Amino acid sequence: MIELLWSIFDITLVLLLLALAWTTCSTQDVKRAVTLFIAMGLLLAIVWARLKAPDLALAEAVIGAGISGALLLSAIKDYPSNMVSHRSTLIEGIINSLTLVLTILMSWAVWHGLNMSDGVRLSEPVISQLPVSGVSNPVTAVLLNYRAYDTLLELAVVLTAVLTVLTLNEKRVDYEFSSPLLQGMTRWLVPLLVVTSGYLLWVGAHAPGGAFQAGAMLAAAMILLQLAYPSRRQEFNNSLLKILLVIGIFTFLLVGLWMMSLNDDFLAFTPAWAGTLILIIETAATVSIATALTLAYLGGRPRGWEDTNRTSRSIAENGGAG
Amino acid sequence: MIDTLAILAIFSGLFFFLSGSIGLLRLPDLFTRLHALAKADNVGLALVALGVIILEPAVINDIKIVIIWLLVMAASAISSHLVARHALRENRNDD
Repeated sequence: MIELLWSIFDITLVLLLLALAWTTCSTQDVKRAVTLFIAMGLLLAIVWARLKAPDLALAEAVIGAGISGALLLSAIKDYPSNMVSHRSTLIEGIINSLTLVLTILMSWAVWHGLNMSDGVRLSEPVISQLPVSGVSNPVTAVLLNYRAYDTLLELAVVLTAVLTVLTLNEKRVDYEFSSPLLQGMTRWLVPLLVVTSGYLLWVGAHAPGGAFQAGAMLAAAMILLQLAYPSRRQEFNNSLLKILLVIGIFTFLLVGLWMMSLNDDFLAFTPAWAGTLILIIETAATVSIATALTLAYLGGRPRGWEDTNRTSRSIAENGGAG
Repeated sequence: MIDTLAILAIFSGLFFFLSGSIGLLRLPDLFTRLHALAKADNVGLALVALGVIILEPAVINDIKIVIIWLLVMAASAISSHLVARHALRENRNDD
C-alpha cells in the first residue's frame, strides 16, 4: 500500500516536472518562463531528495531555484515588460535538433547505466577509501579529495564567468523602492542566513552540505540586503571584494602546490591533515562563491571598481619609478 | 489515537492548501488571489506541520519543523505584501 502511494507520488512528480519543463521552453513570455523555471527548480530539488541525493537537492534548491532565479529575474528587469523572444526558424531548428540529439544520448547513457551489470562500479572504491579521505561524507570526499582537481576547475569556471560579467557591464541600477517590512525581515533573516551558511559549510564533512551550498546561501543574504537597502549599499570596498573573489581558487592552488612538494602529486592530501585542509579550502571557496554570485547578481562592476585599479596601478608605477 | 490525530491534522491542512489553490485559480484579481493564497497556505502548512510533529518523536526535528513553519510564514507574508505593493504602485502609475 505504502509503496503504491510512493509510486503515485513519484509519477506525479515526474509528470509535473516534464510539464513545467515543456511550458518553460514553449512559452513566449520571458517573465512567465522565468517564473516557471524557478518552480521547476524547486520541484527538481524534491526529485533529488526522493532519489536519496540530499546534497544535490540542497544545491538545486539554493543555486538552481534560488540564486539562478534571482539572477534571471534581475536580468529580465532590463527588458520591456511585454518582451517576447524572437528566433528565426533556422536557429529554432538547429536548437531543436541539437536538443533531440542530446536527449537521445542522455537516455542511452541512463539506460546503459541502469542495465550495466558487471561494469565498474565506483561507489565501492569511494567507500573503501573514505577513512583516509579526511571526511565522512562520501560526496564531500569525492568533490574535495578524490576529484579535487574538478572542483578547482569549477571554481575557475565560476571566476571566469563573473570576470566576463564584470568586463561587460556597469552595476545594474537598483530598485528605487524598498519596503519597511522587507527591511524588518531582512534584519533578522540575514544573521540567520549567515549562521545557516556556516552550518552548511561545517556539516559538509559528515552530512549533506559544503562550499557551494554555503556560498550560495551567503550570496542570498547579500542579495536580500541589496533588495532591502538599495540606497545604503552603494559603496563597496572594492579592493576587499577583489581579494574575496579570488581567495578560494588561490587557497586551493596553494594547498595543492604545498601537497605537491610533500607527496609528489598535485592535490594529493596527506591523510592525517586531509580533514583540516579540506575545511580550509572549503571556507575560502565559500567566501569566493558568495562574492562571485553577488557580483553576478549586481550585473557588473560596482561603482569605483576601475578607480581602485587605477590607484593601485599608479602606486605600483610610482613605486617602480622610485 | 495519536496517529488518527496526526492524520486528521495533515488532511485538514491539505484541505486548506486545496482551497487556497482553487482560490488562486478562480478569484478575479491579484489582490483577492493573494488573500486566498497567503492565508490558506499558512494555515495549511501549520496543520501539516502539526501532524508531522505529532508523528515525529525526536524533539530536535520537531523544533526544526516549527522553525521551517515560522520562516515560511514570514516569507509568504512579506512576499505577498511586496507583490501587492508593487501592483498598487503600477496601478497608480497607469492613472
